[in-house]
Amino acid sequence: MTIRKKLVVIGNGMAPGRALERLLEKAPDAYEITIFNAEPRVNYDRIMLSPVLSGEKSYEDILIHDDAWYAEHGLTLKKGCKATSIDREKKQVTGADGSVVDYDKLLIATGSSPFIIPIPGKDLDGVLTYRDLDDVEAMLAAAKSGGSAVVIGGGLLGLEAAAGLTERGMDVTVLHLMPTLMERQLDTAAGYLLERAIEARGIKVRTAANTHEILGEERVEGVRLDDGTELPADIVVMAVGIRPNGDLARDAGLEVNRGIVVDDAMQTSDPDILAVGECVEHRGTAYGLVAPLYEMAAVVADRLQDGSATYTGSVTSTRLKVTGIDLFSAGDFAEGKDREEIVLRDATNGVYKRLVIQEDKLIGIVLYGDTKDGAWFFQLMREGASIEEMRETLIFGQNYAGGSPLDPTAAVAALPDDAEICGCNGVCKSKIVGAITEHGLTSLDEVRARTKASASCGSCTGLVEQLMAFTLGDGFVPDAVQPMCGCTDLSHDDVRRLIVAKELKSIPAVMQELEWRTSCGCAKCRPALNFYLVADWPGEYEDDYQSRYINERVHANIQKDGTYSVVPRMWGGMTSSQELRAIADVVDKFGIPSVKVTGGQRIDLLGVPKENLPAVWADLNAAGMVSGHAYAKGLRTVKTCVGTDWCRFGTQDSTGLGVKIEKMMWGSWTPHKVKMAVSGCPRNCAEATCKDIGVICVDSGYELHVGGAAGMHIKGTEVMCSVETEAEALEYCAAVVQLYREQGRYLERIYKWMDRVGLDAIREQVVEDEAKRTALFEKFLYSQRFAQKDPWAERVAGKDAHEFAPMNRIAMREAAE
Amino acid sequence: MNELSPTSTEPKAQHWFTIGRLSDIPRRGARQVLLPRGPIAVFRTQTDEVYAIDDNCPHKGGPLSQGIVHDGAVTCPLHNWVIDLQTGDAMGADQGCVRTYEVRKDADGLVSVSLSGGSGKTE
Repeated sequence: MTIRKKLVVIGNGMAPGRALERLLEKAPDAYEITIFNAEPRVNYDRIMLSPVLSGEKSYEDILIHDDAWYAEHGLTLKKGCKATSIDREKKQVTGADGSVVDYDKLLIATGSSPFIIPIPGKDLDGVLTYRDLDDVEAMLAAAKSGGSAVVIGGGLLGLEAAAGLTERGMDVTVLHLMPTLMERQLDTAAGYLLERAIEARGIKVRTAANTHEILGEERVEGVRLDDGTELPADIVVMAVGIRPNGDLARDAGLEVNRGIVVDDAMQTSDPDILAVGECVEHRGTAYGLVAPLYEMAAVVADRLQDGSATYTGSVTSTRLKVTGIDLFSAGDFAEGKDREEIVLRDATNGVYKRLVIQEDKLIGIVLYGDTKDGAWFFQLMREGASIEEMRETLIFGQNYAGGSPLDPTAAVAALPDDAEICGCNGVCKSKIVGAITEHGLTSLDEVRARTKASASCGSCTGLVEQLMAFTLGDGFVPDAVQPMCGCTDLSHDDVRRLIVAKELKSIPAVMQELEWRTSCGCAKCRPALNFYLVADWPGEYEDDYQSRYINERVHANIQKDGTYSVVPRMWGGMTSSQELRAIADVVDKFGIPSVKVTGGQRIDLLGVPKENLPAVWADLNAAGMVSGHAYAKGLRTVKTCVGTDWCRFGTQDSTGLGVKIEKMMWGSWTPHKVKMAVSGCPRNCAEATCKDIGVICVDSGYELHVGGAAGMHIKGTEVMCSVETEAEALEYCAAVVQLYREQGRYLERIYKWMDRVGLDAIREQVVEDEAKRTALFEKFLYSQRFAQKDPWAERVAGKDAHEFAPMNRIAMREAAE
Repeated sequence: MNELSPTSTEPKAQHWFTIGRLSDIPRRGARQVLLPRGPIAVFRTQTDEVYAIDDNCPHKGGPLSQGIVHDGAVTCPLHNWVIDLQTGDAMGADQGCVRTYEVRKDADGLVSVSLSGGSGKTE
């Protein structure tokens, strides 16, 4: 009998477990094997910790190798004994119990550790990680008494932990640093669907949340975020990532970067030492998913038998193991010039699929809601198969592969006669088809009038049109609806109606539910959607700053040379020596090249470099001045004349009313800019009859005008009505603006909106219907509670600081070449 | 206001200037890096690709860093030209192109730009 070589394995996780299994199958007697196992347990399936936490499985269910397996194969398992050092000269490993074991070959599989965020309170009792069975047991113990849990990290592990803790009866909040969950594996659309599904299970999700500290004396009591919010917590689970354990290898003098460096033979910088699993770094990558670990393990097993297998890296895929949430992602799904994407959204069924294609090959996959073709797509991607032949039907999955492109009306053709098409009005397919043929209907409006199908929320418009195309064939010419932009076929009006009807409260929500064709919109639809959401969901929608035009993003007007102009508010055009002195000081201090009086009765400071904006604002704020919103699709100015204060013809206090209107309206966002004026008598020195909304004071009260313009088009206002009191004038003005906010299309001025809906329709809602007017007025005031914050003061206090400073400066001669 | 030194010491090789962290640039946003010959704009897309181009629209010199970023393109804030971030070419009916620069990100999130490489199309 030959003397067996000695193999020592440090670590007893899934990767070395698989390597040993493979080795023992092929060469059961090649080595005398000793395993150092820091955990007091045998090898179990870590991937299945989540089902143990949620109660779907027990520890026994997830064992891979029980004690008998180690005995049967004659392995020496040193349970609960950590390896403390490696002596490469003597080829020995020393254990925590003082034992010394010789080796001919050594396999390091020390795995990884959870990353602990270095914040105050991280060492308190009740701060847990999610890595091994001890963690699960600690969580289960805490969950017994109910209470709240905060999970830091909205990645794979964090969400699984959150779902498990919820199943166990805890009140769970997930904090995630980035704006969307699992942003490394998912794009924003899928991230949105995931967030919705997670919230539907009663888990609260806070994205863009940065944990400041963990609160408590000895035990965890809560968590404080950077924005000051405090959340109560009985336990805090940190699941923000893992770090390869390379210390033992580093102490032994092996090459270690982020992980223990191995070559394609899984060999470390010492030829007798191999490494496998999450502790290694191969070609610059450290892996944390099981599939690559198993691929490495196979190579290790072969190399231990003097084979020549190589590991060349893995293409990985991700699946979330939360019951009821189907999610699959793999590869690279970033956008690029030389890449194409195929997107399929099915809002009704909550399905989102996105394939990224480069040079006729599939390179990225995101599937949500329907993942049954994940394996097939993944195989196409790994094989680098050409998808040229099946591009048209690829997104529909394997069953359609190679088939002919789908007839767009095939889906409605296949529906049974009693299938409900319009949910709002309960109209089925046969009723629509019957009406079309019986009455010879050819337009959507006729079908709506006859059947009510798609006449309410409008979300079935597409289906109704497809039914018309199916019934009429070439005889059907769809209405020429002007779509909002190239990303959708829906018009502005349809989008607005659906935002309200479907309670869509974020841009990703709109894009998913309304089946946007692009993954992140364009410069036309994004600012429009942002406005619609701001206007429709005050206090709920979080403004998407990157979807605003530059002027609204930095609260100043960009000029042709890239500098900005600054216009402080002068209420009703009134100013004072103190304000003027402060403006003069700012001009001198910052060397502002031009000072101009505007048409809106205020002062424009032109030529301010972007970096100076916060300092300029700080000085203006200090003198009591705030942003004039001269850059906004919102209220600009309320121009006034001096009225009864000074003028011998004045009939009312036009200046005072102008100031009151401006104080009520400033900060409001509207579809396009809104300019107003109040004149003290019909001589109209404030030029109120060419403003979006104008007030002309008369002896008997106030004449309210709407729909003027003095830009590219010149248009006099029309008189909406007359009111007697100042309070009424304020209420009616706010009600008109609110109606415009609700009905106007983005970038449609008030006069264009009025041309479209008609002055009578405006009068009906604002003048004749008192209840409607009151409701509009209240809605306006409610949304102003969130809008009236001086954006300059916010930025002086540090908001969006990155906007106002260059990222870096390079002053080298090389850079100047 | 750093005076940066190139991270490579090989003569004639590409000089990589470390300009900051990925997290310094907002998603679907951009930051300026100032050079003696004029600023360049460094963009970060929704999906975390980073691109660097001259901060100078081929139309009327608008600062592209101030535009709206959508997919792999930016819309100029002055007159709505759309520039492809990867190639620097104007998209659609407009004709023109901007110089692009090579960018790399390392595992720690540091972003570097090479000023010698890139398309140099405008030169």
